[in-house]
Amino acid sequence: MNDQRPVVIIIFVFIVGAVLLTKLFMIQVMDDSFMKRAERNAIQRIVDHPYRGLVYDRNGKLLVYNNPIFDLMIVPKEFEVGDTTRFLELFKISKEQLIESYQAARNYSPVKPSTFIKQISTNDFARIQDFLIDYPGLFIMTRSVRSYPNPIASHALGYIGEISGRQLERDSSGYYVQGDYVGLSGMERFYEDQLRGQKGVKYKMVNVRGIDKGPFKDGEYDTASVAGHNINSSIDMELQKYGEMLMMGKTGSVVAIEPKTGEILSMISAPFYDPNSLTGSDFGKNYTELNKLETKPLFNRPIMATYPPGSIFKIVQSLIGLQEGILTPETTFACNKSLVACHNHPSPVNLFGAIRNSCNPYYHQAFRQIINQEVSSNTYKDTEIGLDEWRDHVLKFGLGGQLGVDMPNEKIGDVPSSKYYNRVYGEGRWKYSTIYSLSIGQGELLVTPLQMANLAAIFANKGYYYTPHLIRAIDGDNTKIPAEYQTKHMVGVDAHHFDMVQDAMAEALYGTATRAIMKDIQIAGKTGTAQNPHGEDHSVFIAFAPKDNPQIAIAVYVENAGWGGRAAASTASLMIEKYLKDSISRPALEEYVLAGNFIY
Amino acid sequence: MRETDININRVDWITVMIYFALVIIGWFNIYAAVYDGQVDKSIFDTSINSGIQLVWIGTAVAIIIVIMAADYRLFENLAIPIYLVMLVLLLLTPFIGKEVNGQILTIGVGSFRIQPGEFAKFATALALAKFMERPTFDLSKTKYQLQAFGVLLLPIILIILQPDTGTAMVYFSMFIMFYREGLPQKYYVLGLGMITITLLALGIENNLYLAGAIVIIVAILILMGKKTPQQIIGFSVIGIALIAFTYSLDFAVSKLPQHQQNRIMVLFNPDIDPLGVGWNVTQSKIAIGSGGLAGKGYLQGTQTKFDFVPEQHTDFIFCTLGEEFGWLGSLVVISLFVTLLTRLVFMAERQKNRFNRIYGYCVISILMFHFMINIAMTIGLFPVVGIPLPFFSYGGSSLWSFTILLFIFIKMDSARALQLGRMG
Repeated sequence: MNDQRPVVIIIFVFIVGAVLLTKLFMIQVMDDSFMKRAERNAIQRIVDHPYRGLVYDRNGKLLVYNNPIFDLMIVPKEFEVGDTTRFLELFKISKEQLIESYQAARNYSPVKPSTFIKQISTNDFARIQDFLIDYPGLFIMTRSVRSYPNPIASHALGYIGEISGRQLERDSSGYYVQGDYVGLSGMERFYEDQLRGQKGVKYKMVNVRGIDKGPFKDGEYDTASVAGHNINSSIDMELQKYGEMLMMGKTGSVVAIEPKTGEILSMISAPFYDPNSLTGSDFGKNYTELNKLETKPLFNRPIMATYPPGSIFKIVQSLIGLQEGILTPETTFACNKSLVACHNHPSPVNLFGAIRNSCNPYYHQAFRQIINQEVSSNTYKDTEIGLDEWRDHVLKFGLGGQLGVDMPNEKIGDVPSSKYYNRVYGEGRWKYSTIYSLSIGQGELLVTPLQMANLAAIFANKGYYYTPHLIRAIDGDNTKIPAEYQTKHMVGVDAHHFDMVQDAMAEALYGTATRAIMKDIQIAGKTGTAQNPHGEDHSVFIAFAPKDNPQIAIAVYVENAGWGGRAAASTASLMIEKYLKDSISRPALEEYVLAGNFIY
Repeated sequence: MRETDININRVDWITVMIYFALVIIGWFNIYAAVYDGQVDKSIFDTSINSGIQLVWIGTAVAIIIVIMAADYRLFENLAIPIYLVMLVLLLLTPFIGKEVNGQILTIGVGSFRIQPGEFAKFATALALAKFMERPTFDLSKTKYQLQAFGVLLLPIILIILQPDTGTAMVYFSMFIMFYREGLPQKYYVLGLGMITITLLALGIENNLYLAGAIVIIVAILILMGKKTPQQIIGFSVIGIALIAFTYSLDFAVSKLPQHQQNRIMVLFNPDIDPLGVGWNVTQSKIAIGSGGLAGKGYLQGTQTKFDFVPEQHTDFIFCTLGEEFGWLGSLVVISLFVTLLTRLVFMAERQKNRFNRIYGYCVISILMFHFMINIAMTIGLFPVVGIPLPFFSYGGSSLWSFTILLFIFIKMDSARALQLGRMG
C-alpha cells in the first residue's frame, strides 16, 4: 500500500521545484518592471549643471558672468534638528518655515534630497558651512546665477529664470526638466542653445537610506557637463554706459548700429532696471515689482515700441520717387499749405530743399505722383495698385516686418496695404485723398526705433543693410554667428540716388538740429517728431557719421520731449562723439541733455 | 565491527557533494550580500559575515568528521536522551537566554551562542524515529497517531513560547514523513482541501461565491454517490462545516495580531502596504526580478548590496542569488535541492530498518519545508516566515543543525550493510 507513497513524495518535490522556477521565470525573465524598479531604488541620476557661457562686449569687456550660489539640501530621513532655537538662528528662518520646508521635503521623499533653503548668499554660506556637520541630512549644492559687473544693457542681454510649465510642454528636445534655468528674454533667450552648454549626468548608487555608495558601474555611463559657449556681443560697453547715463530719468530708446556690418553698438531702453535684480533668490519678488511699475521698465522699447516715423520718412519717399523716376533732384513743388500744414520756408523747393526744410506739401504732391501713375483709368483701382507697389519698396527698407534682430518679441510696426484700406473703407471707396498722410510719415505708418536706426544705416550705406544684430562672435569666432547676419540686404534703390539725400541730411542739421552739429565730424541727420495724442510729442532723430565714411548710424527716441532737434538730436550727437572720439568736447550740451528740460 | 564502520566507499558521495556545493554557493552569496565596493574586504575577512561563515563551515566539517567516525548505533541509542536534553534546553532558553527583538532564541556564553530551536530539529527527528520504529507502531490507528503527534508537539509548544513561530512551523513538515509511514490518506485529502478552502476564502472577497460553490459540489457528490441516507447526511455535514469554516476564517484572521494579518493579506495584494509589511516582499521581489535571465553578475547586485532587502544574508539570501545570477542561477540551486531531496528519498527507501528510514524521511521533511517555504516567501508565494535556506543562509546554529541532521543520515546510510533488516 505504501509502495507508491515514495513516488508521490518525489512528485511533490518536483512539483514544488517546478512551481518555484515558474514563478521565478515570470518575475525574472517575463517581467522587466522589476529591473526598472531596482534602478529607481538604487541608482540616482545626478545632473551636473554646465557653466553658462559668458557674454563680453565688442571689445572683450565682460558684461555677464556666473556667480556661485548655494542651495541647502535636505534628506528628511537623516535630518536631526537638535537644538531648534540654535538651528533657527543659524539658518535665519522661522519655526513655521522650518516645519513647512521639512514637511514639503518629506512629502517629496524621505530619502531623496530636496531643496530646503534656496539660494543662500556667499556670506551666509561662509557663516553656516562650518556648522553643517552638526546637522546630518543637510548638505550644500552649488549652482550659479548670472551676475553683471556693470548694471547696463539689461534689455539687450535679457535674463534667465526657471523654465515655465508651458515652455516645458513646448520643448521638443527633451533637454529641460522642471527647475532648469533658461534664457527668458533678450540675448539670453535668443542664444539659449549656445549659452546653456550641455548638462552632464552622474549615476550614483545609493543604499536604502539614500547614502552614497559610489558611482554606478565605475562611472561608465557618466557624462561630464560641457560649459556653454562664450559670446561677444556687438555692444560697446562704454557707449552703452554713456547712453544710459544720458537717458537717465527719461523714457525712450537709443539704437546705434555699425552700418557696414549691422552690429548693434548700443541699445538702450529707458527707463532701465538693474539686471542684477533679476537674478538669484529675489528674481520673483523683483520681477513682480518691476512689472507693476507704471513706467514699464521691463518693456523693451527699441524693438517693442512703435511710433509713426514722421518727417524722417520723407527721406524714404524721396528715394522711392527717385528710383521710380517720378522725382529728380530738380523736381520742384510749391509749398502749398492748403494741401497740408507746413512751416515757413522759401517756396517752391526742389527735392534737396524739400528734405532740408522737411516740406510737407512737397511730399503730399510727390507721393500722389508715386501712387497714381495712371496704370488704371479707375482712380480707385489706380490708387490700390500704386499703394501696393509703393509698399513693396517700403518693405525693402526693413519696415513693416520683423528685421530679425537676435532678440525675442520684435514688433513689426505697420506699413498699410490696399487690403487694409479695403477692409476699413471698402473696395473702391478710398483713394489718394484718404491715404495722403502716409506721404509725410503719418497715418497708419508705425516703425520701431530699431527699424529707424536701420533706416539710418541704409542711408549711410547708400542702399543696403545687414540685419541689425547683437552678436559679434561666438567663442571669439565671428564666422560662427548666424548666417542671416552675414547677408547683405539691398533695398532696391540705386546707390547714386543716395548722394543727394546724404547731402541734404548733412545740410538739414543746420536747419532743424543745430545742437547736433560738430566741428570736426560731419553728421548727416534728420529730425522727426512723433505726434503723441496723449501728451507732449516724442522727440526723434536719426543720423549717421562721419558722413563720408559712416561708422555709426543712430536713432534716438525721447518720449514726451517735444521737438526732435532738442532732446533726440543732442543725445544722438553726444553718442556719436563718444563712439568716434571716446571723449566729450561739449560739456554744456551734455549738461543740457542730463538736465532733461526739453519743453520750453 | 568498529573497523568496518567507517567505510568511505559506502558513503553516499552524491549527497555529500550536493551538500558542499550548496554550502560553498551559499558562502559566496553571503559575501555578495555584505560586499561593499567602497570598503574592499576579502571574502576571508572575519570582520564580515562571509569570514565568520567560513569559520562555521570549518567547524561544520569537524562535526561531519566526528559524526562519520562515531558508532552508527550511537544515535539510535542516544535518541531519547538527546531529545530530553533538547526539551530541557528549550524549556530553559526563555530564562537563561538573551532577548533580541522580543524573542529569546539563543543561549550561550559571550559571543558563542547557540539556538536550541535549531538543534531540536534533529533531536526530534531521532526521537520520532526511535518512537515509531516498533513493529507494532501503526499510524492508521488513533492511539499511535496521538503518540507520534505528542512527541512532535512538545518541542513545538516550547518553541512557540520563545516565541519563534517560524521554527515551530517547521515541525509540521513531518506530515511528509507521516505520509510515508502510513498516516491514512484521508488526512491529506482533508488537509489539502482545507488549505484550498482557506486560500480561496482569504483570496475571494465575497464568501457567498465560495459557499455557493461548496453547495454545488456537495450536491453533485450526493447525486453521483450511492444516495444512501448515511452518505447524504455525511456529505451535507461536511458541506455545512466547510461553509461555516469559510465564514469563521475571516473572523479568525481579524482576531490575529495586526502584523500577522498583514503578512497573510500581503500575499493576495503585495501593494497593500508597500512601505510596511509589504516592504520585505516587494524589495525581495524587486531584487530577484531585476536579475533577469542571467543576473547582474557576481557582486554587481544593487538591491541586495545596498540594504534594500532586509535580512538578506540570512532568511533572504536567495535574493542575492536571484539578483546576481538571475533565473539560471535560481535554476541551478533549485535543481540541486530537488536532486538532493530525490536522492534522500532514494536513500531512505534502501534502508534496512525502520529507524533509519523514518529518520531519513524526517530529514527530507525538514529540508523540504525549509527549501519550499524560504524560496516561496522571497518571491511572494508564501507569507514571510523567518526560517533559513538550508546550507545557504548565514548563521552557525542553522548550518550546524542542518549538517548534523543530514550527516547523521548519511552515516546511517553508510552503515546500513552492517544492520539487520528489521522492517515493520
